[in-house]
Amino acid sequence: MNWGSVDGFFHMGGYGLFVWGSYGVGLLCIALEVIALRMRARRLARTAGGEA
Amino acid sequence: MKPRHKRLVAVVVGVAALAVSAALVLNAFRSNLVFFFSPSEVAENKAPQGRTFRLGGLVEKGSLKRAADGLTVSFVVTDTAKSIPVRYTGILPDLFKEGKGVVAQGQLGADGVFTAKEVLAKHDENYMAPEAAEAVEKARQAHERAVKSMAQSAAGAK
Amino acid sequence: MSTKELDFGEHAARGEWWLRYAAPQAFFPLAGRLIPYFVVLAVVFAACGLYLGFFVAPTDFQQGEAYRIIFLHVPAAWMSMFLYVVMALWGALGFVLNTRLSGMMASAIAPTGALFTFIALWTGALWGKPTWGTWWVWDARLTSELILLFLYVGFIALKASIDDPRRADRAGAVLALVGVVNVPIIYFSVQWWNTLHQGASVSLTRSPSMATTMLWGMLLMALAAWMYAIAVCLARVRLIIREREREMAWMRELGGGE
Repeated sequence: MNWGSVDGFFHMGGYGLFVWGSYGVGLLCIALEVIALRMRARRLARTAGGEA
Repeated sequence: MKPRHKRLVAVVVGVAALAVSAALVLNAFRSNLVFFFSPSEVAENKAPQGRTFRLGGLVEKGSLKRAADGLTVSFVVTDTAKSIPVRYTGILPDLFKEGKGVVAQGQLGADGVFTAKEVLAKHDENYMAPEAAEAVEKARQAHERAVKSMAQSAAGAK
Repeated sequence: MSTKELDFGEHAARGEWWLRYAAPQAFFPLAGRLIPYFVVLAVVFAACGLYLGFFVAPTDFQQGEAYRIIFLHVPAAWMSMFLYVVMALWGALGFVLNTRLSGMMASAIAPTGALFTFIALWTGALWGKPTWGTWWVWDARLTSELILLFLYVGFIALKASIDDPRRADRAGAVLALVGVVNVPIIYFSVQWWNTLHQGASVSLTRSPSMATTMLWGMLLMALAAWMYAIAVCLARVRLIIREREREMAWMRELGGGE
């Protein structure tokens, strides 16, 4: 185990902003992509339903 | 003009725009391909004269000196063959260390001192725990000692 | 039904069962069945990789904790290059064989490739600032990776600007194939030219220059990125198939696609 405490984990040896900035934006990108796909599917279902 | 022809024109224009932008990018790219010059290259006058360029190499061990103001530093950049003294005022990156890689941007003065406006640390691709790094360093020193003592005993045997 | 689809039927009859899946109507349900497996694998690999990366892998001797960005940065950079090659291959396949699915696959991969390229650039900036001392430099590695992002965006924009999907597929394939020269440039830039970016820690020709637990954390994260990319691209290609083929008989039988 590398971290003595939760604070130590978030502090990341003084590089917390850089490390969590990276992982945070990475996670955000993935979330946005999944949401965008969901919205596209919903839009498609609506138009397809309208035509049928 | 038929729609087909219109589309063809659109594609041709698009491809042409792409080619031009690619050419521009490549041109910008070429001037930056030589990201830095080594002290040996500078000694051979390969670096641009009287213009800003980047100097890259290792920070010579024991050469780092800090001025009284705490911000101005001087150190020597070496590629083991040639070395150039560098002066810099500003904050050094965390990984700036003696014996490690550095890339400094600035100009070479008439006195042979390189005045840097920006100093970047160039680290290597090795990743390991501090204890492992210590062990590697110890092994290296032991090896050096062994080589030295072998050379000495060989000289003594003569 | 066109002769193309009859050809695939013949292939299936001759035992080349996999060629059947080159037809959208056969691929569509297969992709739908596969997605959950890839999602589960992505989550499992990412959980293991992050655990190794943050709780088992030691601090780095020169970079301290800042190096932990590597577990996201390197897999993202690998995927950005790999997905571009796969995209170009699908484009080429569509160009040569004139199959409908190929162009759709290329379209499905592009946004995810662009996403990974962006993540690689973003994490690289956040890694470069504390270690090198700068967010960005115009060295060969960083510049060529930025060009990769432009290529993805250009590919997406080009396809969006052409109304006829088959024509868009062909134009996109040409762009993807021209741009593929950039991938070896990115990969070998650190060897061919002097760059601020360090060389590769992991390569096929020599043993990796990383501690074992660090390496495993990174490889697991790379596997997670693969699984995620496959799952998302399959989900997207299903949407593209539904959008493009909703007028076709097989899709109408499915009830508008769902």
